[in-house]
Amino acid sequence: MPTLAPLDLDGHCMAAAFLGDVPYFALADGSLHWLDHGHKTTQLHDGLLCIAAELQGDSFVSGGEDGRIVRFRNDGSAETLAENPGKWINCIASGPQSSIAYGVGRSSFVRTSDGTIVEFAEERTVEGLAFAPKGMRIAAARYNGVSLHWPAARAAALDLEWKGAHAQVTFSPDGNYVVSVMHENALHGWRLKDGKHMRMTGYPAKVRSISWSAKGKWLASSGAPAAIVWPFTGKEGPMGKAPLELGTRGDTMVTSVACHPSDDVVAIGYADGMIIAARFNDQKEGLLRRGGKGPISTMNWNKRGMQLAFGAQTGECGIIDLAG
Amino acid sequence: MNEATNPIPVTVLTGYLGAGKTTLLNRILSESHGKRYAVIVNEFGEIGIDNDLIVESDEEIYEMNNGCVCCTVRGDLVRVVEGLMRRPGRFDAIVIETTGLADPAPVAQTFFMDDDVRQKTRLDAVVAVVDAKHLPLRLADSREAEDQIAFADVILLNKTDLVDEESLLKIEATIRSINPSARIHRTERARIELDKVLDRGAFDLQRALDNDPHFLDHDHPDHACTPDCDHDHGHDHGHDHHSHDHKDEHGHHHPVADIHDTSVQSISLRAGPLVPDRFFPWIQKTTQMEGPNILRLKGIIAFDDDEERYVVQGIHMIVEGDHQRPWKPDEKRESRIVFIGRDLDPEKLKRTFEACQAK
Repeated sequence: MPTLAPLDLDGHCMAAAFLGDVPYFALADGSLHWLDHGHKTTQLHDGLLCIAAELQGDSFVSGGEDGRIVRFRNDGSAETLAENPGKWINCIASGPQSSIAYGVGRSSFVRTSDGTIVEFAEERTVEGLAFAPKGMRIAAARYNGVSLHWPAARAAALDLEWKGAHAQVTFSPDGNYVVSVMHENALHGWRLKDGKHMRMTGYPAKVRSISWSAKGKWLASSGAPAAIVWPFTGKEGPMGKAPLELGTRGDTMVTSVACHPSDDVVAIGYADGMIIAARFNDQKEGLLRRGGKGPISTMNWNKRGMQLAFGAQTGECGIIDLAG
Repeated sequence: MNEATNPIPVTVLTGYLGAGKTTLLNRILSESHGKRYAVIVNEFGEIGIDNDLIVESDEEIYEMNNGCVCCTVRGDLVRVVEGLMRRPGRFDAIVIETTGLADPAPVAQTFFMDDDVRQKTRLDAVVAVVDAKHLPLRLADSREAEDQIAFADVILLNKTDLVDEESLLKIEATIRSINPSARIHRTERARIELDKVLDRGAFDLQRALDNDPHFLDHDHPDHACTPDCDHDHGHDHGHDHHSHDHKDEHGHHHPVADIHDTSVQSISLRAGPLVPDRFFPWIQKTTQMEGPNILRLKGIIAFDDDEERYVVQGIHMIVEGDHQRPWKPDEKRESRIVFIGRDLDPEKLKRTFEACQAK
């Protein structure tokens, strides 16, 4: 039986994630909390807007209402990497070799590990950023599409156009697809080799949370009474195929999804605070958390896939341990 | 969902560059009223007050992909308001200062069209600050100045010390010909009691028309203004309210709006009790067809065999309606609606509205 260790905090939890085996919880007020032989805490920002775990697995990078970009390491140290006084840092992404990308107004910035910062002007506000899985390439979500940049080559941007507002962006783990989360209850995808469009629509609410399954065969998403899981197995991606609908409930919405790091299983968090795990092949479900005071806003597995960290909009956080 | 908290009121300040918006904003922030405001501005510029919660935001219009050209929202506001609302408890209300050339419609529509924003906030009122001296010129050369007046719930006719009484009356007549239902307040240096600007509930169907008990009566020959007609026709400013005979001459003998070469018109319609099965398809069709031309609409509807007043309001294609309260015994059961917009066909609106009447 899974066991649950709760951590009740005061504020909207923006991210619950592991560095190594230590779970961290980042709140909208800019405080960071972690459980490592007791409850530890530090203040990263006056107001957190975005945070991402770095690929090496021992640090976070974050952006705040204070205009600062901060790197927090698991030794407890925090370093300011850049400052944009008076501006909100709307989005951040981590890339290879400790590079990071962040969006400020109508610019994307890429900072490499040597401290060099390259700016890419966009026509519209940058709402989401992602690094490609291979090579030094970023995608910036904006109004009417996604721009692709190669920070090292300084080559012209490649624009993937699709009318409407794009709020988040992600590359498929094989690098073949770019998928954006739109403001209007839809995902939009592009096959990179030929720019072919993939419309993923039908959500009753905005999609807030997306997660690629192990090996990138599936893309899970929130925004419906079930987790909507699109297949990316064939050459055509999800086109012409129906998505899986996992963990369907009649009375509430899925607000957060997190695919397991090795198995075809997704953790599904709901607006009423319930969390379940559902398996793709037989749709079997297991209850992880009965419910709570508010919507689950974030979930992440540890590397071994035995523990799930979660946080809610109301500040209820915790760890679910599958081993019990 | 655990969304028990009250929605945060949002006030939108519009007005041309130099009209006095920032002066009003500074007043709101500096007066001791015990309230904390989060302020969203286009540029930090001249706000002289220390306030932790001033957010700079690049005006950004998003069109919705539903084929409707007037269904626009301000993408930057969606983002900033969501960010602010993740840390509630820091402020009691939000004030948005728009740029001089801003179109107020997308700002207002953001608070109706975006589900998450709508859940956590409520649009309180659109307040336009206009410069008494330069307004005629502005109206002649810009569509935005007109839109801002057409859209407003409250209008501060500012810098009244720079023009004479006759000009003020003409300007008020012009404003009223564009927007008959807005409250007009004359001010100097944007000096006004803040309760006339803040917490108006102008978009609250339950409150909006209670604040204006004689909605659309002001243009009616039978209407006698009373002290609870909280609509300044300049009463307090030189034309003596109490010395004249209300019935015949009060307020409605405004000077002709001879500087009014504006394109916005307001169309006020009246009819007897309506049949819901005719009225709802009519209002739907009218707003669908004419949505881009309709800036605002407001109405009080009497339905046949219905003991309660029904109130409607709209922005472009967005229409909201609800039962408000029972009709009072002495109230005339009459349906009244006003459209403010461009290129509307008054004859057609009148004919089709009247066709909704119970026979």
